[in-house]
Amino acid sequence: MDSSSFFGISTIAYILAMIIYIIYLAFRKTRIGIAATTITIVGFISQTLAIAMRWKEFNDLSGMGFLRSVPLTNLYESMIFFVWCLILGYLIIEFKYKNRSFGAFVTPIAGLALAFIDISGMSKDIHPLVPALQSNWLLAHVMMSFIAYAAFALSFSTGLMYLILTTEKRNESGYIFWTFILGTFVMLLFLMGIDFFTFRVAVKPDVFIKSYMFRASFLNPSIAIKILSWIAMMAIIVIVWRYGSFLKMVMDKFGISAETLDEITYKSIAVGFPVFTLGGLIFGAIWADQAWGTYWSWDPKETWSLITWFVYAFYLHSRMVRGWRGKKVAIVAVTGFVVAMFTYVGVNLLLSGLHSYGDIK
Amino acid sequence: MEQEKNKTFIDKIWDLFASVKFAIIIFALISLTSVVGTILEQKAEPAKNIQILSKIFGESLAPTLYNIFDKIGFMDMYHSWWFLTLLILFSANIVICSIERLPRIWKMVREPISPLTEEHLEKVSIKRELILRGKPEKVKDFVISAIKGAGFKVIESKEDKGYQLYSQKGSFTRLGVYITHSSILLILIGAFIGIFLGFKGFLPLPEGMSSPVVLLHNDSLTQTEAHEKEMILNAIWTSSGSISSSSATLGMDENTLKAKMHKYGIQPLGFTIRCDDFDVYFYGSSDLPKEYKSWLTVIDGGKEVLKKTIGVNDPLAYKSITFYQASYGMVPNAQGKFILRITPKSGAPEIKQLNLGERFIISGTTMEGTIRDFSRALSFDKQGRPITYAEMMNNPAVFIDFKEGGKEKYSGWILKRHPITAKLPEGHTVEFIDIWGVQYTGLQVRKDPGVWIVYLGCIVMSIGLFIAFFMSHRKLWVRIAEEKNSTKVIIGATTNKNRAAFERKINKIITLLSKKQEGEK
Ligand code: HEM
Repeated sequence: MDSSSFFGISTIAYILAMIIYIIYLAFRKTRIGIAATTITIVGFISQTLAIAMRWKEFNDLSGMGFLRSVPLTNLYESMIFFVWCLILGYLIIEFKYKNRSFGAFVTPIAGLALAFIDISGMSKDIHPLVPALQSNWLLAHVMMSFIAYAAFALSFSTGLMYLILTTEKRNESGYIFWTFILGTFVMLLFLMGIDFFTFRVAVKPDVFIKSYMFRASFLNPSIAIKILSWIAMMAIIVIVWRYGSFLKMVMDKFGISAETLDEITYKSIAVGFPVFTLGGLIFGAIWADQAWGTYWSWDPKETWSLITWFVYAFYLHSRMVRGWRGKKVAIVAVTGFVVAMFTYVGVNLLLSGLHSYGDIK
Repeated sequence: MEQEKNKTFIDKIWDLFASVKFAIIIFALISLTSVVGTILEQKAEPAKNIQILSKIFGESLAPTLYNIFDKIGFMDMYHSWWFLTLLILFSANIVICSIERLPRIWKMVREPISPLTEEHLEKVSIKRELILRGKPEKVKDFVISAIKGAGFKVIESKEDKGYQLYSQKGSFTRLGVYITHSSILLILIGAFIGIFLGFKGFLPLPEGMSSPVVLLHNDSLTQTEAHEKEMILNAIWTSSGSISSSSATLGMDENTLKAKMHKYGIQPLGFTIRCDDFDVYFYGSSDLPKEYKSWLTVIDGGKEVLKKTIGVNDPLAYKSITFYQASYGMVPNAQGKFILRITPKSGAPEIKQLNLGERFIISGTTMEGTIRDFSRALSFDKQGRPITYAEMMNNPAVFIDFKEGGKEKYSGWILKRHPITAKLPEGHTVEFIDIWGVQYTGLQVRKDPGVWIVYLGCIVMSIGLFIAFFMSHRKLWVRIAEEKNSTKVIIGATTNKNRAAFERKINKIITLLSKKQEGEK
């Protein structure tokens, strides 16, 4: 078996684990929970093997030495590494806090990332490195950025759980915020699932299309489907908003306290923030300085990294302002991850789209 | 009266700048304006941004919006006065906030720890109790060694029923936040120094050429201006950088020349840089570049003082000016020198430099070759005819005609990247080493005296963040009091961060004490 079959196994395992964790949330049967954890661990081991094999394959191909062949050279490999860090972080939290309810909130992020890999049509091939990318600073930069993103993803999940647990009234801003975020998130996951089934499983289009993302919904050639997608999105958000209190009831039964969630959110950010500062900003700047002679050039990716950094600095400082404890701070934490994800993929997908004359579609 | 009012106003401003709320507002403002700056392309042609705006707001609104945004400075916003103001407000905020809080923090850092009264010890956040056998003096020695083992220095004081031991560790970590904050200032100061005292330039340098200047910008010029710029550059290049001899050549006085150089962005280096060679290396037989290399020589005061082969990620630095491998290209209408390595079947190799059409002899034989043709990027089409498939030197090749004893023998392409084509049927080899003088290396040139301050700031920030997040100020009190036949030990502790880790440490101390007691039996 080669690395791609192990990647395949881990993808299936994580998607399954996501479904089982959600079922577990609904039924709270210990056996289901154990099954979910087991499958996650199987996926994690398989993914670890896959990364190690790809590392070796890359080393054999490039002949640039073992340390220069870390498989972190393109969007695909970085996504895989992100998922790996996220699952590792999640497993640590599950074992430390002995509570599986987090699973239903963390694994969907992994699911979203994996779905994105498949339908965005990003290249999965191993390419030798062009000269600009042959730098140890770059390697440290990418690796640490993704460790930080994974830590931020955890804080996103626990921040969201905190909001679910502490808000009740439907007209409360915290409640509206989390239902909107969760509704959007569920919808994106769902639409990407549809993209996958229509273009990979059911109809295989005869013309080659690189990216399938939202082809079955927002970007469909048919206006009717486009409008329908937006309506469906609205509808899902409204449904989550209307029946969100059920989720709170479910969560209450797990006996996880709001303080614990706040603590995990803070701790994840307390790890993610320094790692992001050093790896994401400083090492990135050193690399740019070595390669191009400018440590900072205000390009969209750099600027968005800085914005992400400010949002988390905002989080850390807002905890110190009296009267900002709890919900408001959790909203900042959740927003932080949305911004971080925009920095990671949104800048490439949307801003480069705006800046180029042709559309990327 | 007037005085009073004034003071309160300044106080208000001071309080505003000392508040974290204001910091949060500034964070938000910098972020939100930066978002706009990433959507609009900075320093771009107006048409580009009008197109971006019409994608978002529609065709009809775009030109008006463009004008508005342009007026406010959004088309080059990171250099606009208001963005600069935001950065200055941000710095002022950090400075004032730190000044405001530093005395209190400093007190916490310097304050020696003192024993706690019984009531106070009741109230600390971490508390443990245990009873040990034996006299307080003996128990005290146990406790001291256990606490020292955990890395704390111990101070002791006598109390009426026994002793109190107390200790603190990491009080300096309270400064971590301030170290982080001052690093931000350092980085901003370094950046400003770079902007005001440094320059960024570009230099396309053909193989074999040298230049004492670099070009700072490429503003659009009128035809006469462009002509004048070219004249000045030529004069400088031919006089190898001497201002006086260039001004003589141009018939311009020195000050006029300096002013013109400034106008056209011609920046003297203070020394001369020469490109000896440039080469691209590819992966295997593909067109995927593996390395770009320039062989550079620095000439200062007429002497060669430094030679370095640079590549991407591996620049050359001399006298605080750094040269980066940025691009490359072909020099228009250049006649290059072909460099061949000729090895007779039984003989030593010989390097030859030849022009197009020039003849050479394989020594010891009557074989004679002539270079007939050259291709930058040789390939063959479906009919087998030679074609050049790229603009750059992706696959350079020479076509050589061979004669023996004056008679036509054979001819063919010899490819630089495919040494196998160098073998002749008789066993001689004619290798195509390089064609020299047809490519230029594109150097990014930078002088930035502030970069070290920026780096220092980065290091300080890393240290500061490490202290702020991963270290804590821990305090520990142990009260040892005699009871009937035994000794009561009360441990109290506080920490400003990461309480769980400290509790684990204290539990370890307690286990150690109980174990010692077991061992005593
Ligand atoms: C983006 C720039 C900034 C960064 C990266 C930064 C970083 C930090 C960090 C890491 C902490 C410690 C947080 C914690 O322990 O959870 C902190 C605390 C603090 N920051 Fe900042 N900071 C920034 C800007 C500012 C500004 C502009 C102010 C001005 C009001 C400020 C005021 C404070 C205060 C008052 C504290 C609490 C200090 C204490 O606990 O004694 N910070 N900052």
